[in-house]
Amino acid sequence: MTPTDTLRFAIRAATGYPLRTFLMVLAMSIGVAAVVVLTALGDGARRYVVDEFSSLGSNLVIVLPGRSETGGFNPVNAITGTPRDLTVEDAQAITRAPAVLRTAPITIGTSEATYGGKLRDVTILGATSDYLKIRQMNLAQGRFFSDEESSGTTAVAVIGTKIQSELFGVDSAIGRVLRVGDRRFRIIGILAQSGQGLGMNADEVVILPVAAAQAMFNTNTLFRILVEARSRAAIERARTQTLEILKARHDGEEDVTVITQDAVLATFDRILGTLTYGVAGIAAISLAVAGILVMNVMLVAVAQRTGEIGLLKALGAPGATIRNAFLAEAALLSATGAFLGYALGQAGAFALRTALPALPAYPPDWAVVAALATALITGLLFGVLPARQAARLDPVQALSKR
Amino acid sequence: MPLIELTGIERVFTLGDSEVHALHALDLTLEAGEYVAIMGPSGSGKSTLLNLIGLLDRPNAGTYRFEERDVTTLSADEQARVRRERIGFVFQSFHLVPRLTAAENITLPLMLAGIEPAERVQRVKQALADFGLADRADHRPDQLSGGQRQRVAIARATIMRPAMILADEPTGNLDRATGEEVMRLLEVLNASGVTLVVVTHDAALGARARRQISMEDGGKVADIQGAGPRASQALANGSG
Repeated sequence: MTPTDTLRFAIRAATGYPLRTFLMVLAMSIGVAAVVVLTALGDGARRYVVDEFSSLGSNLVIVLPGRSETGGFNPVNAITGTPRDLTVEDAQAITRAPAVLRTAPITIGTSEATYGGKLRDVTILGATSDYLKIRQMNLAQGRFFSDEESSGTTAVAVIGTKIQSELFGVDSAIGRVLRVGDRRFRIIGILAQSGQGLGMNADEVVILPVAAAQAMFNTNTLFRILVEARSRAAIERARTQTLEILKARHDGEEDVTVITQDAVLATFDRILGTLTYGVAGIAAISLAVAGILVMNVMLVAVAQRTGEIGLLKALGAPGATIRNAFLAEAALLSATGAFLGYALGQAGAFALRTALPALPAYPPDWAVVAALATALITGLLFGVLPARQAARLDPVQALSKR
Repeated sequence: MPLIELTGIERVFTLGDSEVHALHALDLTLEAGEYVAIMGPSGSGKSTLLNLIGLLDRPNAGTYRFEERDVTTLSADEQARVRRERIGFVFQSFHLVPRLTAAENITLPLMLAGIEPAERVQRVKQALADFGLADRADHRPDQLSGGQRQRVAIARATIMRPAMILADEPTGNLDRATGEEVMRLLEVLNASGVTLVVVTHDAALGARARRQISMEDGGKVADIQGAGPRASQALANGSG
């Protein structure tokens, strides 16, 4: 029997028992669809987090006050006590390091903003003129702090779009005076809409010169210093130079934590990547179940069609022909299920993206290839046993069954 | 030239602890073109004999020469090839594939033999016309009457132009008139030179053959030549 005839015979056999074929294709497609959708979800979460961190700015090194220790109690901490504060002067010192392009000291707090009788809780961000460049943010209107404004306590502010729309409505806030806490600030700029970043919504923020913010919160310390390296290759040098400078300024003690964005990103990437693999593994179980179902259904098919197999033998079909016919049928059903499942999965991922626009839920290529390959291979593998059983049937006994 | 030569055939089935001799020390020679009826009560070994002749089963002892070639030692696939090319089967229960149309059922042997699709269509069309099934080509077996089903089965058995047709109770599931019609078809084929072996327990049916072999307890008890020609002659005259 030629391959074309074998395939045609298998197609006729598959369409001859529509319910059985439907159930088997359904089981297989659910398995494949599960892998596609779940990996799309996992990989979407990974991409989402990676994108979030990327939105912080590029080539970033972040300085945190205090030394983060893992592994429990550190006796050094008991002797030295609380770490020294990070100060604006520290940030200026870091700026002079050769591998560093610019720095942005920031301080954070919350306060109330009032304008025209409207009151709102806002996040106050103390920053300097370079902040906007480091975070790669844009202004919708007006301008950002000048170097002069950011080093002094000039009463100027830049606000997020949500503050603009909620406190000022359709009128432009530029040039108006906003009351924050018990101080008054003239608004000089409005941020372009940017959404979430580092757990902070940039649209709901009021940015003040760092000295003004420190004065408002009555503190000298900084929340972070954002350091931008000169290039991607310079990130590691910027990190060590930053550490050296701060160590020298803090009496030779390493009481700050310097993390690179790449390290954070890599960690998240790894964690969520592993999660995706795990989820894919779980979904693959349903594929294995589908494979076993294929075997069972094919075994039933062999039992049901014993008479037919006997007839084919009487008509002179060698064992290989009968085996191939049943294998072709199993492969056909698996392939149909796999591709239907792929389509279903892509539709599911599309639905996810539609429902959650923030989540880039695209299934990774490796998952799609693996799901399709697993479906086809399990289908064939579990088809072998029934096919061999069919080929081995004794023609006389097979013929006596109806 | 003998078509079939069976010598010292033994066929033993093991049922639990006991051994059943389905065939015992059987010798049989059939010439090409013969019309033979194998008769006997159930359990007499006539079906086992038919299966052996049809190469569906192997003897425990003895030799089987088909067209002067020892086929007992052939591999399963070589035996399948002999069945495919030289032997046609007609069964009591027709054994049509239920999901395939009449034309597709008749095509099966051609497909298994790897004949070109264009030639297949040609030959199947001819066969359908020969057996009066031209307007039933696209009907599935459950849409056909018993007689039509058996005609499809006979068309399928003869499509490869075999040397021999083995019919196991071909009229067993048919009424008298339809059975008569089916037997006439088979006898016309025999008249064209095909060896016809019919297994039956129906004495009237057996009497139509030119040679009757009676079986009992796994052996021949009678082998009568010459009773049938008149009957088949009469039939040929009657139909002609």
